[in-house]
Amino acid sequence: MDESKIQDIEIGLFLDALYQRYDYDFRNYAKASLKRRVLGLAAAERLSVAELIPLVLRREDYLAEVIAQLSVPVSDMYRDPPVFKALRETVLPLLQTYPRINVWQAGCATGEEVYSLAIMLEEEGLLERTQIYATDINDSALHKAEDGIFPVHNLAGFEKNYKNAGGKAEFADYYVANADFFRIYKRLRQKIVFAHHNLVSDGVFCEVQLILCRNVLIYFNDELQKRVLELFYNSLVRGGFLCLGTRESLRSIEEQRLFAPHQADCMIFHKNGVVT
Amino acid sequence: MIASSIPTAGKAASAHRTAAAVVIGCSAGGLDALHKVLDAFPKEFAATVIIVAHIAADSVNLLPALLAKTCRLAVSEAREREPALPGHVYVAPPNYHLLIEPNRVFALSVDERVCFVRPSIDVLFHSAADAYGEQLVGVILTGANNDGAEGLKAVKAAGGFTLVQEPSGAYADTMPKAAIATGAADKVLALPALVAEILNRQ
Ligand SMILES: C[S@@+](CC[C@H](N)C(=O)[O-])C[C@H]1O[C@@H](n2cnc3c(N)ncnc32)[C@H](O)[C@@H]1O
Repeated sequence: MDESKIQDIEIGLFLDALYQRYDYDFRNYAKASLKRRVLGLAAAERLSVAELIPLVLRREDYLAEVIAQLSVPVSDMYRDPPVFKALRETVLPLLQTYPRINVWQAGCATGEEVYSLAIMLEEEGLLERTQIYATDINDSALHKAEDGIFPVHNLAGFEKNYKNAGGKAEFADYYVANADFFRIYKRLRQKIVFAHHNLVSDGVFCEVQLILCRNVLIYFNDELQKRVLELFYNSLVRGGFLCLGTRESLRSIEEQRLFAPHQADCMIFHKNGVVT
Repeated sequence: MIASSIPTAGKAASAHRTAAAVVIGCSAGGLDALHKVLDAFPKEFAATVIIVAHIAADSVNLLPALLAKTCRLAVSEAREREPALPGHVYVAPPNYHLLIEPNRVFALSVDERVCFVRPSIDVLFHSAADAYGEQLVGVILTGANNDGAEGLKAVKAAGGFTLVQEPSGAYADTMPKAAIATGAADKVLALPALVAEILNRQ
């Protein structure tokens, strides 16, 4: 049997161990990219994947490392500016009618995207009455997100994206910076609750008007994707909005009929009234 | 005509196998080289062709259309969860890694850049080596960085057939040279001969 097939068996055993020991279930993640990440974990320890199993079972401090490596905490300010422009122009005006607004970003990673959203809500005059929940399984990413501190070397790109996303002021109005880092102002940070929530195993935690979940479902297999879309359906108010990643597959959405297109080219959907 | 069955690999390791898929990686000068390769494929070409090309993010969106102009096969951007069809050319979307799952449907990821790039040739080639094993041809063309060298090694290790463009004839020779330096290249050829090798595996 070739090495790669043996690794596949090891990965299966490793994921079982992780699940039985800690209830973290990665077994329904898309295989190819998960394999890369598990092999990365083994390479970092200079061990085989099978040799990681005792670490998972017996070294509690190892769990954080596993989660940090298996999740992909990568985010950007206003990645895909047209999507944020569309949210600003076609979704936020419809939220005006609610006296209190709840927004949920699922899989927030290090927070760049949720701050992009908060800035937009402020510019549209909605932030005051909005509560934003940003969740992830990666606690160290959540801490970074909560701090709201980002390296300045990305600033030029962020500023450009901000403008392209229809930004009404200057991106610089929202942070303080030194030579290396910039920090999002507290008035924005304090509108966001960062919390640990696992899309695989946790349930509805509140009723929201808008869910942003971009580039998270691409890591899940069909079955898990459908479970999560159901969770989103159950978390949204009537007519609530869901925004997914630009290059995500529509198949589950189309098969389940839980959501209908609101602005399909930007992957913005709204909850269907009646499910047939 | 659609090739309906994928022949299973026989025992003779060196026997000429029909390739189920051809993966191609390139960067600087890649558009021209891709045209020369793809335009030579006949419309009966029965393997899946999957391409990662590092080209300026703005124009990479246009890559499928540019290639489709002269290629006899259908060309499109690979979509997440879409099955990889024979006789079809797929191009990785900008800013995502493109992978192929063991059941030969496409997957995307926004994992960190590999060798400073996303999409990464290495990422595609590793996953394709797993998905296709001996039924894979891995091709490295012109390019200005080292991406693809590790991936080509994986293709070779999984029993696939590996081709590299002759560096002296390449627009940029860093990528082919890096691939050759791994020792994983079965053949190093100028483009016309390289194309002939691919067609040989049809
Ligand atoms: C690539 S990031 C996307 C970040 C952000 N949505 C963006 O597009 O900028 C994917 C995030 O999903 C998180 N994630 C993965 N599995 C998860 C799960 N089961 N529940 C919640 N979050 C998860 C990862 O920890 C990671 O931070």
